Amino acid sequence: MSATRRSVMRGMALSGLAVGGANLLAACGGDEGGAASGAGASVKFGINEAEGTGAAYDRLKAIGEAYAKESGTKVALNAVDHNTFQESINTYLQGTPDDVFTWFAGFRMSQFAENGLITDLSEEWPIDGLGDSFKQAATASDGKQYFVPISYYPWAVFYRKSVFEKNGWTAPTTNDDFMALMDDMQGKGVTPFAFGDKDGWPAMGTFDILNMRLNGFDFHMSLMAGDEAWDGDEVKGVFDTWRKLLPYHQEDPLGRTWQEAATSMGKGECGMYLLGTFVVDALGENGEDLDFFTFPELDSSIGSDALDAPIDGFCVAAAGKNQEAGKAMAKWLGSAAAADAGNNNADAPFIAANDGASTSTYSDLQKKSAEVVGAAANIAQFMDRDTNADFANTVMIPSIQAFLKDPDDIDGVTSSIQEQANSIFG
Amino acid sequence: MTHIDEAPRPATAVAPAQGRAKKLPGRDRATVIIMVTIPLVLVVLLVWVPALLSVVLSFGKWNGFGDLDTIEWVGVQNYQDIFTIYPAFWPAVQHNLIWLGFLFVFPTVLGMLLAVVLDREMKGSRFYQTAFYMPVVLSLALIGFIWQLFYSRDQGLINQVFHSQVDWYGDPDINLWAVLVATAWRHTGYIMLIYLAGLKGVDASLREAAAVDGASEVKTFFHVIFPVMRPINMVVIVIVVIESLRAFDLVWVINKGRNGLEVIGALVAQNVIGEATRYGFGSALAVIMMLISSIFITIYLRTVFREERNR
Repeated sequence: MSATRRSVMRGMALSGLAVGGANLLAACGGDEGGAASGAGASVKFGINEAEGTGAAYDRLKAIGEAYAKESGTKVALNAVDHNTFQESINTYLQGTPDDVFTWFAGFRMSQFAENGLITDLSEEWPIDGLGDSFKQAATASDGKQYFVPISYYPWAVFYRKSVFEKNGWTAPTTNDDFMALMDDMQGKGVTPFAFGDKDGWPAMGTFDILNMRLNGFDFHMSLMAGDEAWDGDEVKGVFDTWRKLLPYHQEDPLGRTWQEAATSMGKGECGMYLLGTFVVDALGENGEDLDFFTFPELDSSIGSDALDAPIDGFCVAAAGKNQEAGKAMAKWLGSAAAADAGNNNADAPFIAANDGASTSTYSDLQKKSAEVVGAAANIAQFMDRDTNADFANTVMIPSIQAFLKDPDDIDGVTSSIQEQANSIFG
Repeated sequence: MTHIDEAPRPATAVAPAQGRAKKLPGRDRATVIIMVTIPLVLVVLLVWVPALLSVVLSFGKWNGFGDLDTIEWVGVQNYQDIFTIYPAFWPAVQHNLIWLGFLFVFPTVLGMLLAVVLDREMKGSRFYQTAFYMPVVLSLALIGFIWQLFYSRDQGLINQVFHSQVDWYGDPDINLWAVLVATAWRHTGYIMLIYLAGLKGVDASLREAAAVDGASEVKTFFHVIFPVMRPINMVVIVIVVIESLRAFDLVWVINKGRNGLEVIGALVAQNVIGEATRYGFGSALAVIMMLISSIFITIYLRTVFREERNR
C-alpha cells in the first residue's frame, strides 16, 4: 500500500494542514547526527509536563540534565502540556516523535507495543533495583518489556489525622469496623466520604477497588481486557455494593471536581476520601496532617491485597530517530540515580519505583505509600490505563455517571455497557 | 412586496460581456482565473475532501493505529450503534434542539429589544452598548470558567449568597439551563450588535413618513422597520442556527459534554479527539451533524434564491 498512515501524517504536517497536536509535538528539535549512543550522541526527550508547571516538570527537567551530564549525551527536552500530550499521543507516535517519552504502564502501553509504535526494551531488563512487579507492569501482551518505570502513586482512603484524633476514630481494618466508623461519622454530622466525579474519571477508582475486593484481581483484569461480561452477576454485585455505600458519600458528585471534594475533606466536612496520593495537591499543604488506609476486605476469600497504583515511566518511540541512544537513556531512567536526580531538584518528591533510590526527602505519607504498595500482592493501573481508552472514555465514564444519577437501575446500566463493549471489543 | 430600500440600479454597469469580442484582456483573465482557482482549491481541500473522507470513514472501524489498510469496514454498523445502543445520542439531539429553541425565544428577542432601545440614542447608550457587548469578546471557554465561579455547588457565588444547595452543573435536569443562561449572556450582546448595525442602516425618512402618517412607535417598528430589516433578520436566523449547532465550547470546559450536557459536537469530539480514537464512530456522528446542518442550509439557500428570482 503506497499511502501509509505515517506518510499521510507527514504529508499533512508538511502542507501545514494538520491541526492541533501533531505539529505541536513533532515540530521541536531537528535532526542531529553524531554518535549513536554515549558521549556525543543526542536524544530527544518528550515529556508530558509544560515548562514551569511545578514539581513534575522540575523533576523531569532535572532528570534529563542529570543524564546529559553523566553520559555526555545531548538531551533535547520537548515539554508539552499534560492533557495536550495525552490527547495527541496517537498522532505523535505515528508522526515524528521524540526518541524517549513519558508514558504509563498498563494497557495503554501494551496497545502501543502491539501496534509497533514503541521499541522493545527487553534487552535492557532486568534493571537494578526494579522488582518483579515493576517488570510485570513493563511487559506487554507479547511477554517482552517496552517500558521503564520511575514512580507510582497508590489509591487509598485518605483522612485528616487531626480530625480522626479529635473524634476518637481509628483507621478500620475490617468491613465491620469500616461500617461502624461511617455510621459514627454520620452521627456526628460528618459526611463519611468526600466524592466528586465532574471530570468523569475519579469514580473509576471506586469501581476498581470494589471490583478487586469483591471479585478479585484476576477477574478485574480480564474484565478490563474485555474477556468477562459486564452484565454478569459479578459486575452487578459491584454496582449493588456501591449503591449501598452511596448514602455515605457526598451528595451530587457529578457537579463537583475532585479538587472541590478534597477541599471538603480538608475542611473536615467529610471524614475520608478515596483518591490517589495526588489528593495532597488540592489541599495546598505538604500533607503532614494526612494519613490513609487501604480499602478494607469485603470478602474473606478474596482478601484486600490488591490496589490501584498507577505507574509512570518512559518508553522509546519506534519512529524515533536515535534508537540506540534512546534505549540507553531509557535504561538509565529506571535507575536509582535518575529518581534521585528528579527528587533532589523538586519541592515535592515522587515515590521512586527503584528500591535503591534515596528516601531521605520523603514525607511520612510517601514512606507509607511505598510500604503499602510494596506489601500489595497485585497492583492494577486504574481503569482508564488497564482497558481500551475508547471504552474507558466513551462508555465507562458516561455509564458510571448514569449509575450515580440513578443507582437503582443497575440492570439498565450494565446491559448498556455490555452492548457497547460488544461493539468496541468486537 | 416592493423594495423601497433599494436604489434603482444603473442598467449598463453590470451588463454581462457577450461573445468573443467582449473577451477580457489576458492579464485580467489571468487575475480572474487565479482569484477563482485559489479559493476553489482551498474550499475543496479544506471543506469537501475532509467532509467526503468523514463519510468514507464513517463506514469503518479504526482506532488510528497502523496504516490505512487496517481500517475494518463495517458498513452501517456505526450508524446502527449510534441510533440503538449509544445512550448519549438521542439526548444530544434533544439538547441541540432545546439550545436552538432557547436561543431564539430568549436571548435573540432580548438582543433585538436591547438594540431597538439603544437605537433611540438615549443617555448613556454607549455605556450600555459596551456593557452588553463585553461578553461577546470573551471566548465561550472563558465564559465557562467565569460561570463556574457562580455555579459551583460548594463554593459558587449563587449557593453562597442564597444559602441554597443547588447542583447547577452536576444535576442533569438543571445544568443544561444553567449553561443556556451562560450562553445567553454572550449571545444577547452578539445579536444586539448585529441588529443595532442593521437599525442604523434604516433610512430615517421611513420613520418620519410613518410618524407623519400617525403610526405609533410600536406600529412603526412592526409594520415598517421590521420588514425593511429582512436581510438582517435572515442573518440573525442563520447565526442562531449556527450557534446552536456548534454548541460545544461551553459544555466541553464544564464536563466534556456528559451528564445532561450532551450535544452532538461534544460527542464527535469525545470519540475522535483525545485518547479515545474511535475514528469511524466519531465520523459517523460528524456525518449526522453535517446532514442536520445541511437541512438548515438548504432552507436558507432556497429562501435566498427565491428572493433573487423575485427581483
